Amino acid sequence: MTFEPKIVGILCNWCSYTGADLAGTSRIKYLPNVRVVRVMCSGRVDPTFILKAFADGADGVLVAGCHPGDCHYIEGNYKTIRRMALLKRMLADYGIEPERFRLEWVSAGEGERWAHVVNQITEDVRKLGPSKIRPAAKREAAVPAA
Amino acid sequence: MKTIKLKIDGIETEAEDRTTVLTIAQKLGIKIPTLCHHPLLEPYGVCRICTVEVRLGKRIRMVTACNYPATNGVEVLTNSPRVRRDRKMILEWMMARCGHVKVIEDLAAEYGIIEPRFGRGDDDCILCGLCVRVCSDVVGANVLGFFNRGATREVSTAYGETSEKCIACGACAYVCPTGAIRIENDAALVRQELPLGPLTPIYVPFLQAVPHQPVIDRESCIHFKTGECKVCDKVCEVKAVDHTLEDTIENIDVGAVILATGFKQFDPAAISEYGSGIYPNVLTGLEFEKMNSASGPTGGQIMLKDGEIPKSVGIIHCVGSRDERNNKYCSRVCCMYALKFAHLIKEKTGANVYNFYIDMRCFGKGYEEFYHRLLEEDVRFIRGRAAEITNYPLNEQEAGKLIIRVEDTLIGEVRRVPVDMVILATGLEPVADAAEIARTFNISCGNGFFTERHPKLAPVSTATDGIFIAGTCQGPKDIPDTVAQAGAAASAVQSLISRGEIEVEAATSAVDPERCSGCRICNTLCPLSAISFDEEKKVTVINDVLCKGCGTCAAACPSSAILARHFTDEQLFSEIEGVLYDVRA
Repeated sequence: MTFEPKIVGILCNWCSYTGADLAGTSRIKYLPNVRVVRVMCSGRVDPTFILKAFADGADGVLVAGCHPGDCHYIEGNYKTIRRMALLKRMLADYGIEPERFRLEWVSAGEGERWAHVVNQITEDVRKLGPSKIRPAAKREAAVPAA
Repeated sequence: MKTIKLKIDGIETEAEDRTTVLTIAQKLGIKIPTLCHHPLLEPYGVCRICTVEVRLGKRIRMVTACNYPATNGVEVLTNSPRVRRDRKMILEWMMARCGHVKVIEDLAAEYGIIEPRFGRGDDDCILCGLCVRVCSDVVGANVLGFFNRGATREVSTAYGETSEKCIACGACAYVCPTGAIRIENDAALVRQELPLGPLTPIYVPFLQAVPHQPVIDRESCIHFKTGECKVCDKVCEVKAVDHTLEDTIENIDVGAVILATGFKQFDPAAISEYGSGIYPNVLTGLEFEKMNSASGPTGGQIMLKDGEIPKSVGIIHCVGSRDERNNKYCSRVCCMYALKFAHLIKEKTGANVYNFYIDMRCFGKGYEEFYHRLLEEDVRFIRGRAAEITNYPLNEQEAGKLIIRVEDTLIGEVRRVPVDMVILATGLEPVADAAEIARTFNISCGNGFFTERHPKLAPVSTATDGIFIAGTCQGPKDIPDTVAQAGAAASAVQSLISRGEIEVEAATSAVDPERCSGCRICNTLCPLSAISFDEEKKVTVINDVLCKGCGTCAAACPSSAILARHFTDEQLFSEIEGVLYDVRA
């Protein structure tokens, strides 16, 4: 049995959440490791949400929004870009590999892309192993005995 | 004003005291010849040709009708034998100076002069002074004046030199009765420039303009150059002309706005190998449209710069469209207007028409049929993007022509096509200040064209409620599509008005004034300008109607004072905890 990472996905309502929905209705197969939280706009994502997810034991966090220029709220995703760039620099200080966190753009028509993004982050996080700040007992449990 | 009674050519009439005899006669329809008279200028009385016989009691006088004020009881004869004799003499004297001027020769013939007794002079100025007076009294430029005296008297500019004060308005040439003054302008003799602006200083913007009223072009109006003229004001009977009007900014409260800011024509100067602006017979689509228009400078005649009719015309498609160097998109209208041009050129001039195209995109109803009709009309189609337009001939056939170099991709050969005129089917571009307009109305703007809320489901709405878009500001489109979109936008607004109320977003954000520190970080974040700052209370407030609940402000608030309803921090934290239930400590 391999390590199955737990990844929190925070998705904007208009593009990425709808895109993920499309992946489902299109019967596209992809890894089940991302657990989705919906927000109205990726601009709603407070960096503390990501820290909270890591603190609660997530192995990875994926924030997904509309492509730049396509934001339903005109420019919310531009603010996300700025915030997430700053957050990424801070993650290492918390003992979290910055690679565990990713910001992606998935439009409402990109079901395929959503599946691809999910598969990719899952595989990447899988290689990194369980999060170091994950509660110890749970960390051992997550790595199956060889 | 006192009213007087008088008799003209036996007709009894009444008039205001001191009215000139000429004015009264003209009102009665009695023709008195004039040369130095113009209704907009003060009477001058120098040409004497309007001489009439005035009788008051026993007294008989010969006076000039243009400046003789009528008094009570006078009797005027405008065509008595004595008047005819005097006018004949005046004309003979005039001919001694100007023996070959048409207007005087015509008058002479009318008065029975076969050959003037004093010979015929070669001058063409009768010194009537109309030009001098119009230049000083109407135009206000004071460029022309009389010089010398007696037989050597002449009209001239100061020292006979070209005056810097002359604004080349042409008023002097216009009023000159003999045609002694001509405006020297080579372009006027052949095809005029094809300005996209108005042709005259006073014009109706376009035929269907609402309101259908003429406007004054400040750039070319004489009044705005010299402060004088105002001829339009003088001739307007209802006194509707007002030169003092200024642009004003008015605030109008509205509930919805339709943006229809249109497009700008692609400037082909960016493609230097087509020589637009260098070769005079290379025209843009709009320039040709102007020339081809019946109300344009050539009256709809298709002609070359030298006034000749073209024998062959090349139309280059996709100028500035579908081009990696300029705009990658298809401008949608050029194929069809190029076909229209080809058809009209063929019809009006019979010239050979060559279309240089990448792909023919005849997508609309009846468009493909039109293309086929042109194929049957013997319009040539050469598939290939024109590489260059040059005027450098390689053989005799190409001499004096514009040569279009192109790879004909259907026969796989590089060709040189000599033509007389080239029309560039210029594409559509967003207006220069599109980004600024988008910012003003809080809508998004992708590559200069405004973005609709949804490309299929909400093609006339925008991200901001109450702002609608129509026409080429949203993307290149032809007239039928523009009309359809404009109709949809208008009915979208109508439905808002007729409903009388609007629905607002429920999931909005709200500020807790107790926790707000007044840092104003969120103030500039709102894409919809829903956030303002209460200067009195020093806290931020959110307008519930404008807020669409994106939550960007809530994410940025350092004191967690903003509550994003339905997506509060607590709710989202709980959700994160929920999705991680199995790994939480």
